[in-house]
This record gives sequence, C-alpha cells and structure tokens, in this order.
Amino acid sequence: MSAIIRMEGVSFSYNSDDPQQTQALQGVSLSIEPGEFVAIVGRNGSGKSTLAKHINAILTPTSGEVWVDGISTKDTDSVFAIRQIAGMVFQNPDNQIVATIVEEDVAFGPENLGIPSDEIRRRIDEALSLVRMSDYALHPPHLLSGGQKQRVAIAGVLAMHPKILILDESTAMLDPLGRQEVMETALRLNRERGMTVVLITHHMDEAVRAERVIVLDRGRVVLDGSTREVFSQVDLLRQLGLDVPQVTSLAQLLREQGLNLQPDVLTVGEMVEQLCQLL
Amino acid sequence: MSITIRNLSSVYNPGTPFEVRALDNINLSIGEGEFVGLIGPTGSGKSTLVQHFNGLIRPSQGEVVVDGRSLTDKATDLREVRQRVGLVFQYPEHQLFEETVFADVAFGPKNQGVPEAELKERVNEALTLVGLDPSAICDRSPFELSGGQMRRVAIAGILAMRPKVLVLDEPTAGLDPQGRDELLDQLQQLHSRAGMTVILVSHSMEDIARVATRLVVLHRGQIVADGSPRQVFTQAKMLMDVGLGVPQVTELMLALREKGYPVPEVALTVEEACAIILGLHRGGEGQ
Ligand SMILES: Nc1ncnc2c1ncn2[C@@H]1O[C@H](COP(=O)(O)OP(=O)(O)OP(=O)(O)O)[C@@H](O)[C@H]1O
Ligand SMILES: [Mg+2]
Repeated sequence: MSAIIRMEGVSFSYNSDDPQQTQALQGVSLSIEPGEFVAIVGRNGSGKSTLAKHINAILTPTSGEVWVDGISTKDTDSVFAIRQIAGMVFQNPDNQIVATIVEEDVAFGPENLGIPSDEIRRRIDEALSLVRMSDYALHPPHLLSGGQKQRVAIAGVLAMHPKILILDESTAMLDPLGRQEVMETALRLNRERGMTVVLITHHMDEAVRAERVIVLDRGRVVLDGSTREVFSQVDLLRQLGLDVPQVTSLAQLLREQGLNLQPDVLTVGEMVEQLCQLL
Repeated sequence: MSITIRNLSSVYNPGTPFEVRALDNINLSIGEGEFVGLIGPTGSGKSTLVQHFNGLIRPSQGEVVVDGRSLTDKATDLREVRQRVGLVFQYPEHQLFEETVFADVAFGPKNQGVPEAELKERVNEALTLVGLDPSAICDRSPFELSGGQMRRVAIAGILAMRPKVLVLDEPTAGLDPQGRDELLDQLQQLHSRAGMTVILVSHSMEDIARVATRLVVLHRGQIVADGSPRQVFTQAKMLMDVGLGVPQVTELMLALREKGYPVPEVALTVEEACAIILGLHRGGEGQ
C-alpha cells in the first residue's frame, strides 16, 4: 500500500533570512499508511504544529518534500485538494466555530467548495451523526460544552470528506469527559471508517491509545515505533521532556522493587491483570 | 491574605433571553497560605468565580472580601487589589501584546512603579520560574513562539508583579509534561517557601492530587464538594457523574478493590500507590 503521508528530508525555518534562528523542522522523513492512528508527542517548541501544518499545506518545506495522498504540497495548484484530504482541528474550540447554529458551522466548508445544497445536507447529517451530535444540529454553538464544540469542529472537517484527520492538541482545553468524547470519536472514525488519524497531544494517557508514536525533539524525529516500544522507554521519554501514564510509571517503580511486571503496562486494565497474577 | 465570598451569585445577560446564572449562592473562605484546587466540568463557573477574586466581575448578589475589604465597597482601590491578587487567565497568551518578551513580562511591574534598574531582575526571575532561559528569549517577539512558550511568558508576566495570592486558570493546558511538572513544582515552592496563597483551576485530576491541600468542586454554579483531596477523591462516582474523574492511580485502587483486594479507595500519587501495592505484596508473601 502506498503512504498517505510521506515526508522526505523536510526542513523548515520560519525566518529563512535569519541564520541565527534554528530550524523548526530539520530533515524529517517519515511515512504514514492509510488507516494508521499515529500520535505525535514532543516538548513545547519541538515542531509538532509545524509538522502538522506541512500535512495540510499551510506551510511548505524550506527544503525536502511532502506528499499527501500522492500529491506534492509544492504543487501550488493542489493546495485546496490537499486541505480537503487532510482536515485539521485545533486547540481552542471557541476560535474554530464561526456560525451561530451548529449545522451552519458544519456546512461552512462544503459551501465554500461550491457543493450543491442537497449534497451539503447529506454531508451535514452524516458528519453530525459520526460525532454523535445530530440532536444538536439546530443549537447555538456557544451554549455547548467544550467537548461538544470540539466534536462540532471535527464534524466541520468531516463534512469535507477528508482521508486524514489531524488533531493538534484538540483536547487541551477540555474537562475529563470532553477529552474522552473527542478521543472516542477519533478512535471510532479510525476503526469504523478507516480514517487516518494524526493526534498531537501532551497527554500521555491519550497517546497510548494510538498504534504508533512519533517523538519529536528540536525539529527532529527521535523515536518512531509502536506505542508499546516507545512507552517502555520511560527514562528516555523523561529526558525528552515527556512523561508516561501514571500506571506505566508505577509499573517501573514496582519493577525496581523487584516485582515481576512487564515494562510496557499502558492502561489501568493491563495493570490490574498483571497485579492479579502477582498478588 | 484571605478571601471570603458570601452568598455570591453571578448572572450574565440578566433580564434577556440569554440570561445565564453562572454562580449560584457561593459561600467560600480561603485562608492565607492555602493551596486550593478548583475543579469542575466545562461551563461549571470556575472562570467566572476566579474573576470575582480580584474584582474583574461585579457580583449580581453577595460580596467578595479580600483582606477584610469588600470589593463592592467604593473606597476599595481595585487596582491595588489586582496587584496583590494576581490572576493568570485561561488562554493568557491572548494578552500578550508587546514587541518583545522582555517588554511583555516587564509591563506589569513597570505599571506598579518598579524602578527601571530592578525590572531586569524581576523579568529574569519570573522567566526562570516558568522554565524559560531569559537570555535566549527576552529579545524574541512573543508572537513567534510555540503555544507552550507563549503560555509560559504570559504566566511570567503575572509572577513578575510578585502577587500575594496567585490565581491560575488552567495554566498547564498546552504545556509539555516537563513544563507542567516544573510549573507545579514552582507553584508548590511559592506556596511552601514564600507562603503564597495559590488557587489553581485545572482539568487534570493527577496534577490537582499532587499539589493541592484543599479541593473545591463546582458544578452548575454551585459548590458540590469541598475538602482535602483525599476526602473529595473518595467520591469517585459523584465526580464522574459531573464529568470529572479521579487520578489514574485512584482508578487503579478502585479496580483492585473490585477484585477483592484490601486497598484504600484513594491514592494521590504514584509513590503512594507503589507503597500500597508493595504492602499488599509483602502481606501476601507472609501468608
Ligand atoms: N509563527 C512563527 N514564527 C517564528 N517562529 C515560530 C513560529 N511558530 C513557531 N515558531 C518556532 O518554531 C519552533 C517549533 O514550533 P511549533 O509551534 O511547531 O512547536 P510545537 O511542538 O507545536 O510546540 P507546542 O507544544 O508548544 O505547541 C519553535 O522554536 C517556535 O518558537
Ligand atoms: Mg503546537
């Protein structure tokens, strides 16, 4: 199968005239297959958002090249096509919702594409149902909770029929329930629709739900592997300014005390299972 | 410095179809030197409440008393109250506006009349507190920083005023794990060493469990729980019902209890959970 996202030697600086300023991305090469659920983690300023913006051609590389579904982002005629393929949801729910009624907000993107109105109607209904917000179609968005607003923002992206959903810290401002709603929505779209998901997060308990984790540091990819491989390297992750879920860190402490636990415990369920065999 | 809130109600858009009662008869007293964690689902009134602490919003009913002075009293100088009660807003990066990071952090103390010569020291101190390297960042434009870097600069701007009470509305959202831990450690030190009263709004049960000495839970504009973190986190079901949760290590304790293991209902930190499980393990070996 051919990659849906491919980056070859991508470097980027925000200010190419200023040699003092370090590059936000330095020689990043990676490829993501259709239907993968990939988490991108890394400390503040490590280049995550810059990388995400290369996937939907908001930014183009200073050197190197990015292909999205086979189209190079260098090809300026294809910018619209690429943004339709790769939809992005950001951190602050209040900055992303433009209309005064939920379904108008979802319609905004497709309307701009000039899609006929009966098709728009179908897309609205489908998108709202995918994020389980159909009952709120006629609600004013400002009365929704943060998690509900983010689901509307995701519906707005889905109405464009993208193949890739990029969530750039989309759960950062949400309460625990809201975070859970957004995570469940992304996981379901991935599982049931085969949607490729790129999840940027500082919450390690969210990152462990991905299949693959890419760690950025100072604009470079420093780790790229299965979630279990990456999260069993607790000390390395800490050096990179990151963390592991509480149960993973607990497993490490208990191992140091001589308990025979696997190093890659990622969830409460796994921890309970292992402890039941020991205690 | 203490803050006392009596029968406080706060209504947005009163008398219109959009009337919202954001706070409903709140009574709360926060003593000097407390570290209060304020939690509640989105829309529960946390941000409204914290803006009453320094008079940014006027009560619809009731009153807020800071250090014996009612904020509704015309004679109270609100500007002065705001210097003593430093409020770090949700999305504080929206308040950045100067051309350089230095100017932005220096803005508050400069307005307070801090002499030019001392400004540099204040700025360096505040930037270091939030984990930024002053020499590397002072001359940069705040608008060319990553999200987490902007957040830190904004927090530094408040710390540079050296407030007595520090109120932070979700300051760790968007910070990387190390930045989050560093900020929490710094807050803990400001609290324990400098005796600062800290009020922290957070959606992270793990963070709150680690640092707060008292937890206040808001739901639909009312206080539904108020006590030590250990007391409040025993009410796991209520917390989940209102859209919150418990720290992951507390979740683990609950799961182990369900399997019949004699563990406490609450663990606040990973270290505590470790000690509990080791105890259980040794106990098991003894039998
Ligand atoms: N508009 C901009 N102009 C100049 N430099 C920028 C701009 N945006 C980001 N940078 C710089 O590029 C680098 C990477 O930033 P980026 O926003 O991609 O990081 P990030 O990993 O998303 O961080 P965070 O976790 O804080 O969101 C940082 O050094 C940052 O200061
Ligand atoms: Mg970012």
